[in-house]
Amino acid sequence: MSDLNTLEQRALAELTAVADEDALRAWNTRYLGDKGELKQAINNIKNVPADQRRTYGQEVNRVKEALTAAHDSAVAREKEKALERSLATDRLDVTLPGRAVSRGRLHVATQVLREIYAVFADLGFQIYTSREVEDDLHNFEYLNMPPHHPARDMWDTFHTTTRGVLLRTHTSPGQIHVMRQFKPKPIRVILPGMCYRYEAITTRSEIMFHQVEGLAVGKHIRMSDLKGTIVAFARRMFGEQRQVRIRSSYFPFTEPSIEVDMDCIVCSGKGCSLCKRTGWLEIMGAGMVHPAVLKHGGYDPDTFGGFAFGMGPQRITMLKYAIDDIRQFWGNDLRFLQQF
Amino acid sequence: MKVPLSWLYEYVGSNVPAPQLVERLTLAGLEVASVRVLGKPVPEGLHVKAEDAGPVWERDKLVIGKVLQVEKHPNADRLTLVTVDYGAREPKRLVTGAPNLKVGDVGQKVIVALSGSILFDGHSKDGKKLAELKPKELRGIMNDAMVCSAYELGISEEHEGIILLESDAPVGKPLVDFMGEIILEIDVLPNMARCLSMIGVAREVAALTGGTLRKPPHTVEMFAEPIEGQVKVEIETPKLCARYAAMLIKGVRIAPAPAWMQRRLGYAGMRPISNIVDITNYVMLEWGQPLHAFDYDLLKARAGGQAPTIIVRPAKPGEKMTTLDGAERTLTWKDDDGQDVAALVIADTVGPIALAGVMGGKDTEVHDKTTNILLESANFDFVSIRRTMKHFNLPSEASVRFSKGIHPEIVRPAAERAAELMRQFAGGRVARGLVESYPGKKELQTIALELEEVRNVLGMNFSRKEAIQILRALEFEITEDAPEAFTVKTPPHRTDIQAGSADLIEELVRIHGYDKLPATLMSDQLPEQHTNKPLVLEERVRDILVTAGLQEVITYSLTMAEREAPLGAPALDYVTLRNPISAERVVMRHSVLASVLEVAAGNLKHTGDVRIFEVGKVFLPKAGEKLPEEPRRIALVLTGRRWREFWDETSATADARASQAASLDFYDLKGVIETLAGDLHLPEVSYRPATAPYLHPGRSAELLIKGQPVGAFGQLHPKVAAAYADAGDVFKPLTGRTLLVGELDLEAILAAVPDRYTYTALSVFPAALRDIAVIVPETITADQVSEAIRAGGGDLLQGVRLFDVYRGSSIPEGTKSLAYALTYLASDRTLTDKEVDKAHKKIEDRLKHMLKAQVRGQEAAR
Ligand SMILES: [Zn+2]
Repeated sequence: MSDLNTLEQRALAELTAVADEDALRAWNTRYLGDKGELKQAINNIKNVPADQRRTYGQEVNRVKEALTAAHDSAVAREKEKALERSLATDRLDVTLPGRAVSRGRLHVATQVLREIYAVFADLGFQIYTSREVEDDLHNFEYLNMPPHHPARDMWDTFHTTTRGVLLRTHTSPGQIHVMRQFKPKPIRVILPGMCYRYEAITTRSEIMFHQVEGLAVGKHIRMSDLKGTIVAFARRMFGEQRQVRIRSSYFPFTEPSIEVDMDCIVCSGKGCSLCKRTGWLEIMGAGMVHPAVLKHGGYDPDTFGGFAFGMGPQRITMLKYAIDDIRQFWGNDLRFLQQF
Repeated sequence: MKVPLSWLYEYVGSNVPAPQLVERLTLAGLEVASVRVLGKPVPEGLHVKAEDAGPVWERDKLVIGKVLQVEKHPNADRLTLVTVDYGAREPKRLVTGAPNLKVGDVGQKVIVALSGSILFDGHSKDGKKLAELKPKELRGIMNDAMVCSAYELGISEEHEGIILLESDAPVGKPLVDFMGEIILEIDVLPNMARCLSMIGVAREVAALTGGTLRKPPHTVEMFAEPIEGQVKVEIETPKLCARYAAMLIKGVRIAPAPAWMQRRLGYAGMRPISNIVDITNYVMLEWGQPLHAFDYDLLKARAGGQAPTIIVRPAKPGEKMTTLDGAERTLTWKDDDGQDVAALVIADTVGPIALAGVMGGKDTEVHDKTTNILLESANFDFVSIRRTMKHFNLPSEASVRFSKGIHPEIVRPAAERAAELMRQFAGGRVARGLVESYPGKKELQTIALELEEVRNVLGMNFSRKEAIQILRALEFEITEDAPEAFTVKTPPHRTDIQAGSADLIEELVRIHGYDKLPATLMSDQLPEQHTNKPLVLEERVRDILVTAGLQEVITYSLTMAEREAPLGAPALDYVTLRNPISAERVVMRHSVLASVLEVAAGNLKHTGDVRIFEVGKVFLPKAGEKLPEEPRRIALVLTGRRWREFWDETSATADARASQAASLDFYDLKGVIETLAGDLHLPEVSYRPATAPYLHPGRSAELLIKGQPVGAFGQLHPKVAAAYADAGDVFKPLTGRTLLVGELDLEAILAAVPDRYTYTALSVFPAALRDIAVIVPETITADQVSEAIRAGGGDLLQGVRLFDVYRGSSIPEGTKSLAYALTYLASDRTLTDKEVDKAHKKIEDRLKHMLKAQVRGQEAAR
């Protein structure tokens, strides 16, 4: 009996001294293995006097359980230690670059157009598109600019070899198209699209650019609604603090006509190089639809009124991202496009 | 329009500080583009560009002086010693090299700068710069002052000679008080052409600031004999000349204009010439009415000593005249549209004597010895003047004003004002009366205006009093018909009132201030909602292609035919520009692909990997139609590696690396096309070898929807790639590359997109997976095999995926082995092996019978 106790004490003492998995395996073989000491102790039962056998058996079982339990926890301990060791050594250089994801992107012009669409969709404006090669009637005459009208000088025009056919200088011809399609119902649309101007290509001017025009026609459309719409747009697009300033202006197809400025997004009106020290950035031209244009669109100006506005998404993009060269847009350098 | 404020304020009884004035004018539609400050410190709050603010003329250092004596410099021939009285107790003697002060001169009024003045250095060798005047010895004589030129004061670039002031300039007066100035440069919009005049701007300022407009007098104070019988005026085409008036001023002496007038003209941007010309210009700037002075005696001589007859008429075909710039000009021409155009001319019985409103003629020009002046004040059709001005490229202060339209009522006051100034400043005697023809006289417009309408249009209230005050300040005449209802008569200087009450409403809100306009939300009926399906789908296409890893580009729709030629001869004419800006942008494109290839080439200069697409329009003329069709196309270009190399791809995995970084091929592009077709849920999509001549005949395909081709894609034909390399340097980087390209007809694709599609229910039962390997002759396409599998598999076959294509020694030559993973699934039960076996067997049978395939089916190992 005391032999069993001695065995137990010795085994447990040795187990605490075990330092690695090899030693643990050796200990296991020695004490709990098929030919281990405990097995021998079990086999030894036949040498135990019969009256003590029961107690001996119980004792052997107890020692076996105790040693097995001690072994299991030693195994767990060793596993834990091994994990600790491997966690400590298996370290990556997390500053190495990650694997490139093969992804595509929308052109920044498309991204900004979509932002504009989203803002105006929330304001109840739907999208209407029309052709880019236009006739003089829609680009000028129906917009209150008869031939040789001095206001035509405001748009340097690409003419085609077909008489009276030109590349639209603005999206405004769409106003006539949409009015003629929907008269006499109320209208609330934006007209996005590509426009063309006969101009030298420089950092500030392009021969081709997007425009987004807005048009609302109805029986109770007021100029204050125009201002409210513009303020809502400026704040959604450029931040809730934006202030809007209106200047009187001139467009043949609106009366009154205005130019809209927004306080500078860099200096908030104090004056900086972006706003050329004025504190203001021009964001769009607008006005109340001219009675002659309503008439050409098929609406009676005595009953109907409306407002229109037009902006240049490229200009807005340039303001937003401090782009200083408009030629980047159609230059399509991937190093430019992949920044957005 | 340059507006010197001292001149402006002569006509308006208010004196608003410059910064506030600039702000008010800008908001009211007279945008102040820049401000020049002469002599004065820049007022607080006024934004002036550095180059527009000259040196400050200190009151105690820059003063008016009077020449007492001019002596020879003892040591220098080119210098003189000038003694000036400049208001101090003692006169000052100074050294100058001014060529317009000569020994013996006395009494001239000059500008004296004393020691410490900061001025532009007239002797600087390295550009324009400021320098302080310091005492220094000039050829043996100490000097601590100078007489100044316009250059030194920052007024102009005029170097030669010093400024000589008018004889009554007060000695000792600080210069800044005498001629310091703030000049506003105003951008005048087409509908504000009336503001191309000091009076016009003054009227606006009066209305904006509550001041009073004070027009200069336009009465002649003393007359000579009547004009009758001395000149006749005839207008042949009243449509082109609403009014022509002539006055006669006799006995003038041509000399420089008074210094103050020259100064004003100079500040306003016009070069002084002589009293007569300067007076016509001065009155033009004042009233906005251009005038022209003829030498009356030359006209009379041309008329054989008789009273000349002035005839306003279009030029006769081929008629010529020499204008006063010495150019001989042909006065009729054809415009861009091939229409005959004749310039409007002023003629006498001999021939043209002036290009109406644009430039005078050489033969009747005022010259040094002119004594009798025939003064023209007239109103011409602005369209005619515009055409002539543009044709001859002769924009001038006068022609620009005419080309924007002037009210004919200004003809007379301007003529009278100029005649009186010629009497005062050129010693002339004004013949009594005025000979004129005024066929275009019109009643002044009257417009009914109700405040109710103003409220409805603006969303803002105007009181009766405010409305009346604003309109009267702008010289509208108002009759109150009822409370808040007026009859408004347009003043005789407005040509822009064309939209009736809308114009008046603009005047009200513009003058009142847009800052007072409230911001409201629309309360009008919400329009019917429409979706814009073509645009929604176009945007979806962009999203799909971006998801497939492609970068969107947007290119010029203007191109040159040569850039598209390598893709195949255009079947149609181009929409061609009549006035292209460059040889590269002449026609509206037929191909989006050519544009995208150009972008690829540009980027291949700095990267080897390009995967780009564009969704854009092409422009196709249509027989019998004026305007082209503008269908949208999708163009794609892919080239470079499939994957970007990565730093852990060591030599041990070189094979993996090689295959990973392998060049993109046809099937990469096809993957993109399949993604597009799949995500758009296009029905009945199939592919077949393409016949497009610009594609590699063996490595290209057509995409078909319901059997109809909607575009082609594949490897660019090596010959086309070579042709591009020859087409210009921009395309050079394409040389020697495998270029995967495609162009698809977006309109046809979008037309096939189903309005809706339904989802396939997910089965909760396990799928049975089987593989099948099929050995077929090379002539059998993968499509034929998979079609046969699908047809054989029936409803239970839910998935067919090709996972291996094998050619090699273990199968007969001329055959290939295609291995497919098949998925069998039922939505309502677990399939039994027996069911699957049956279905699989049917597939095998079909393959064997239909395609003569050798089949090696097996249980999926997965
Ligand atoms: Zn700023």
